[in-house]
Amino acid sequence: MTPIQAMRFAVLQFPASNCDQDCVHALRVLGAQAKLVWHKDTSLGEVDAVIVPGGFSYGDALRCGAIARFSPVMQAVSRFADNGGLVLGICNGFQILCEVGLLPGALIRNRDLRFHCEQVFLKTANFETPFTSGIRRDGVPIRIPIAHGEGCYFADTATLERLQAQRQILWQYCDAHGALTEAANPNGSVLNIAGISNERFNVAGLMPHPDRAVEGILGTEDGRSILSSMISALESRRASAVAAA
Amino acid sequence: MKAKLVITPKKAVLDPQGKTVANALEHMGYAGVTGVRVGKYIEIDLAPGTSAAAADKALNEAALRFLSNPVIEDYRLEIVE
Repeated sequence: MTPIQAMRFAVLQFPASNCDQDCVHALRVLGAQAKLVWHKDTSLGEVDAVIVPGGFSYGDALRCGAIARFSPVMQAVSRFADNGGLVLGICNGFQILCEVGLLPGALIRNRDLRFHCEQVFLKTANFETPFTSGIRRDGVPIRIPIAHGEGCYFADTATLERLQAQRQILWQYCDAHGALTEAANPNGSVLNIAGISNERFNVAGLMPHPDRAVEGILGTEDGRSILSSMISALESRRASAVAAA
Repeated sequence: MKAKLVITPKKAVLDPQGKTVANALEHMGYAGVTGVRVGKYIEIDLAPGTSAAAADKALNEAALRFLSNPVIEDYRLEIVE
């Protein structure tokens, strides 16, 4: 028997990324391997999944994520995603994945024009994905921090209908009891959307930070269940690959 | 030779900045303002002798691919001597 190898994550690093180290730390806490990949790199190397972390890549010039989108590493991420690789974008990473077209819609200025840095509650709307399968299903929302000024999710009506029909909405802002209220929506996102997935469920993005919520000392460990869902999904993939071999 | 690009949020997109500016104008006593959209203005210098038609074609492409985000924004491009 060969020893079980930890899942290997690439965490991208752009100029002015500021959650790259948080992501690496969180993944290591959960037993995964994590390495940083520079924005000018044209290859991700041998990895099982990619995290596009939070921050203010390229100083948010023009639009959040607009410049990062054309970086060499994002071409590699697009190829990785096209081949079915798991990609998660967190905060600025979510904005980048929307700009690059791996996820539909866009993130615009918060409705109250303020930067929000606080804990929010999230309702998980679809548990049958690599990003959500390990999240508690007892109806209790998870609690994770947000820190953004431009997290208001927007998509046109046709796109929203498609997202709903195909169950691509993964997380929605809710109150402590799981109700999707206006008051619980920190930024004005349509349908209280906090995070979505692509049609194939291998690329997802969310504004809240699971990477900042893996240790009790920081107030909540609920972010663990999102990252560990990904690790479990990768383990299942590897197990079926071994079985098929 | 210059290209002038005006980018505005689409009508269907929430524009909290525009709304705040409209409210401020009203409070200042400027009557008759029925709506404000706040966008961006980009001025691009072009090399002398550039063909206006070629610049128009290239910058329309750049506007759709990069300078604006068609999901949330409209743009207007003008090439001037």
